[in-house]
Amino acid sequence: MAKLEDRALAPNAQLNDDIGEETRLRMYRMQVEIREAEQRAFDLFLQNLVKGTSHLSLGQEAVAAGCAAAMKPGDLSFCTYRGHAHTLARGVPIEQVLGELMQRDNGLMRGKGGSMHLTSADHGIMGSYAIIGAHLPIACGAAWRAQYKGQKDVSVCFFGDGTTNIGAFHEALNLAAVWKLPVIFVCENNLYMEYTPIADVTAVKNPAADRAAAYGLPRIVIDGNDADIVYRTASEAYDKARAGDGPSLIECLTYRHSGHSRADPAKYRPEGELERWKERDPIKIYRERLRQFGVSDDVIVAIETEAKRKVDEATEKCKAAPMPPAEILTTDVYADGGFAWRN
Amino acid sequence: MPTEILMPALSPTMEKGNLAKWLKKEGDPVKSGDVIAEIETDKATMEVEAVDEGTLGKILEPEGTNDVAVNTPIAMILADGEDASALKAAIPAAGPSEEPSRQQKGAESPPAERPEPAKKAAAPAPAPTGTAKPPAAALAPEPEVPEGTEFVTMTMREALRDAMAEEMRRDPDVFILGEEVAEYQGAYKVTQGLLQEFGARRVIDTPITEHGFAGVGIGAALDGLKPIVEFMTFNFAMQAMDQLINSAAKTRYMSGGQVQVSIVFRGPNGPASRVAAQHSQDYSAWYSHIPGLKVIAPSTAADAKGLLKAAIRDPNPVIFLENEILYGHSSPVPKLDDYVLPIGRARVVRSGNDVTIVAWSMGMTYALKAADELAQDNIEAEVIDLRTLKPMDTQTIVESLKKTGRVVTVEEGWKQSGVGAEIAASLMEEAFDYLDAPVMRVCGKDVPMPYAANLEKLALPSVAEVVEAARAVCYR
Repeated sequence: MAKLEDRALAPNAQLNDDIGEETRLRMYRMQVEIREAEQRAFDLFLQNLVKGTSHLSLGQEAVAAGCAAAMKPGDLSFCTYRGHAHTLARGVPIEQVLGELMQRDNGLMRGKGGSMHLTSADHGIMGSYAIIGAHLPIACGAAWRAQYKGQKDVSVCFFGDGTTNIGAFHEALNLAAVWKLPVIFVCENNLYMEYTPIADVTAVKNPAADRAAAYGLPRIVIDGNDADIVYRTASEAYDKARAGDGPSLIECLTYRHSGHSRADPAKYRPEGELERWKERDPIKIYRERLRQFGVSDDVIVAIETEAKRKVDEATEKCKAAPMPPAEILTTDVYADGGFAWRN
Repeated sequence: MPTEILMPALSPTMEKGNLAKWLKKEGDPVKSGDVIAEIETDKATMEVEAVDEGTLGKILEPEGTNDVAVNTPIAMILADGEDASALKAAIPAAGPSEEPSRQQKGAESPPAERPEPAKKAAAPAPAPTGTAKPPAAALAPEPEVPEGTEFVTMTMREALRDAMAEEMRRDPDVFILGEEVAEYQGAYKVTQGLLQEFGARRVIDTPITEHGFAGVGIGAALDGLKPIVEFMTFNFAMQAMDQLINSAAKTRYMSGGQVQVSIVFRGPNGPASRVAAQHSQDYSAWYSHIPGLKVIAPSTAADAKGLLKAAIRDPNPVIFLENEILYGHSSPVPKLDDYVLPIGRARVVRSGNDVTIVAWSMGMTYALKAADELAQDNIEAEVIDLRTLKPMDTQTIVESLKKTGRVVTVEEGWKQSGVGAEIAASLMEEAFDYLDAPVMRVCGKDVPMPYAANLEKLALPSVAEVVEAARAVCYR
C-alpha cells in the first residue's frame, strides 16, 4: 500500500507548454465543475433529494478531465456506475446529471437509469454499466465498429481497480490486442475495491499495468491526480489507436476522497491516509499549476465562482422539475417505443 | 461367423451419412486399426477403422452411396478360415440393425406446410393500465406465397445459412462472429460457405470467450451495425448471460431510448443426444422472461429462414433458439427472393376440433406425431407452432381454445415457470370461460439431463405423454 502511494506522490511532471493555456483552463474548469457537482450531489443526499445510490469520484477528477480533454468529438466514453465525472467531462449539462440523480423528468434519461447508468449518446457517453466488467467487451465492440467502417473514433473505457480481477477484463484485453482495436482501457486505481484494499486481493502490485504484458501491451502507470500527465498519456494512446496500432491500458493512481457509495463512511482506511492524499488533491495541484504558468488568481477564482453558480442554477432547476410522468414507465422497452410482450 | 461392420455415428445426433470411399476392396486382409472406408456427413468427414481381423468378405454399401442410416451394416469381415460361403447366411436384410435413437424417428420431414394466407393485422395496442391485459403489438400480415411458387426441400441448417447469406448480401452492416464460424464453417456447419463468400472481415472467428464476444457484438450494434452472434450452443451462453440480459436487453430502456442494440444471438438450444446435463438444456423460458428481448424458436426450415431474416432486420435484441436435432431435418422452403416472416405470429399447422396442442421447436415433433396417433382414435387435435416465444401470440391460442376447449402444451424444458406455465396462466386470464378442462403441460422431467440413452429418453417428453395428456383433457 505504502509503495503504491509513494508512486502517486512522485514529483510533478516537468513544466512545459505543450498543452497550452486554453486546454489547461478547460481542464481546470472541468475538474472544478465535477467537484462542485458531486459535492452538491452529496449534499442533496443529506437533504434526501437524491434518494438512490450514488458513487462519487471526489478526488479522481483529474482522470476524467485529462482523458476527456484529449478526446475528439465523436470519440466514445464507456463508464461504470462511478460515471458522473466522465459524463460531465464530456460536456453533458450539470442540470441533466443532477436531474437524473434527483429522479426528475429533466434528467438525462428522464429518471429511467439514475446515477449508475448515465448515458448521453450526443456527447459520446454511450453508457454507464453497473455490472463490473461488462462494458470492457462492449467498448471493444464499438472500437470494432470503427475499425470495420474505417471510422477514426476511439472508444475509451473507464473502470476501477476492482475490475481487473474479473474475467471480462481479461477477455476484453485479449480481444482488443488480437484485433488491434482502437480502444483505450483506463483503470482508475483508487486503492480500494469497494471496501477492501485492492492489494489484499490481487496477485500483482499494479492491478492493471502488471497484467498488460499478458496481452502484449506496454506497462503504463501514471499519477492520476495530475491532469497534465493524464492528458499527455491519453493523447498518446488515442493517437496510437487512431493510427491503427491498437489498444492501450493505462493505470491511473488516484484516491477516492469519499466512501465507495453514499452508504459508506470509509472507516476502513488507515489513519492519515486520506489527509495525505488530500495534500495531492488534483484540484489543488492544478490550481498551483495554473499559477506556475502565470494564470492570475482572478481568472482562477472566476472559474471557481462560475462553477458554483452553474451548480446552484442547475440545482434550483432540478428542484423545480417534475418527477417523470407515469406514462413513460412502459416506453422504450422495444424499438417500436412500447413494451408489448404479447401479440 | 462373419462380423458385420456397421455405419458408425460421428456424433450423437448423426442420423445418416454418405459412404464416400472404400479404401479396402473385397478380398483384402484387414487388421484391427486399418482404415477401411471414409464416410461423410453434412458436418464432417471421418475414417472408419476395422475393429476385427480377417478378410473384407463383402461390401454391402458401395462407394458413393448416400444417406446410409447409422447402424446399417456396410460390410462383412470374414474371420480366418472362413470363406465367402459363410456370407450367404449372414448377410442381413437392408436397414439399420437396431432400433434407431429417438432423433431418427423424427428424421422424416414434418408434414409439408405452407404459410397461411395473409391475415388481417391485429388491432392497435390499447394504452397500458394497471393490471389489465398487456398491449398487443401490431402485426404485419404474413406474406402471401404466390400461387405456383416453387418449394425447395432443404435442411433447417441450409435454410439458416441461406437466411444469413441473403441478409449479408443485402446489408453490409450485417456480420457474424462466434467460435469456429469462419474457417471451420460452424461447429454444426450452419455457417457453411459464408467465409468463402463474405471474407474474414465479416465472418469472424473469436476465441472461446462468450462474455467477451457477446459484448463485442453489443458494442458494435450500438452505433448501427447488425451483428449475428453465434453461440456454439446456448449452454455456453450462460457465460454471457450478463451481456444478454443486463446489457443487450436493458440498454434501450435505461438509456431513456437513446441507444439501441440491434443484434441476433443464435445457436442450438435444448437437449441434443447423449451429451448429458451441461450440454442439454432448454432455455426457452429463461429468455422469454426478459423485457427487451424477442425470442424465436422455429421448427421448420421455412420458418427458420423467414424468421432469421426478420430477426436480423429487427432493431431489438433477438434470441434465436435453434435445435441441433432439427438442423438435419428437411422441409420445403418457398423459393422467393426475399422470404421474411413476421416475428410474433404462431401458425396453426394442423387443424382439429377436439384439443389444441401448443408446441415450438423440437416440441413440434412430439406434437405432430401425437396428433397422428390421436386421429386414429378419432380425437382431432389442432396443433399450433408458436414459433415466437416473445412476444407470444396468445391470440392464436385463444382462438383455437374457443374451438376445442382444451389445451396441452409440449416443451423439453422443465415444468416450473416454463413456457407452458405461461400459456396456461394466460389462458386462465384471457379465456377462462372457454376451458372445458385444465390446461395440461408435457415437459422435461425435473432432473438434470442424464447421459444414458434410456434415462435420457425418460427425462424428455414423449409422444405417449402428449397422447395421454390430450386424452386426459378430452376425458377419453
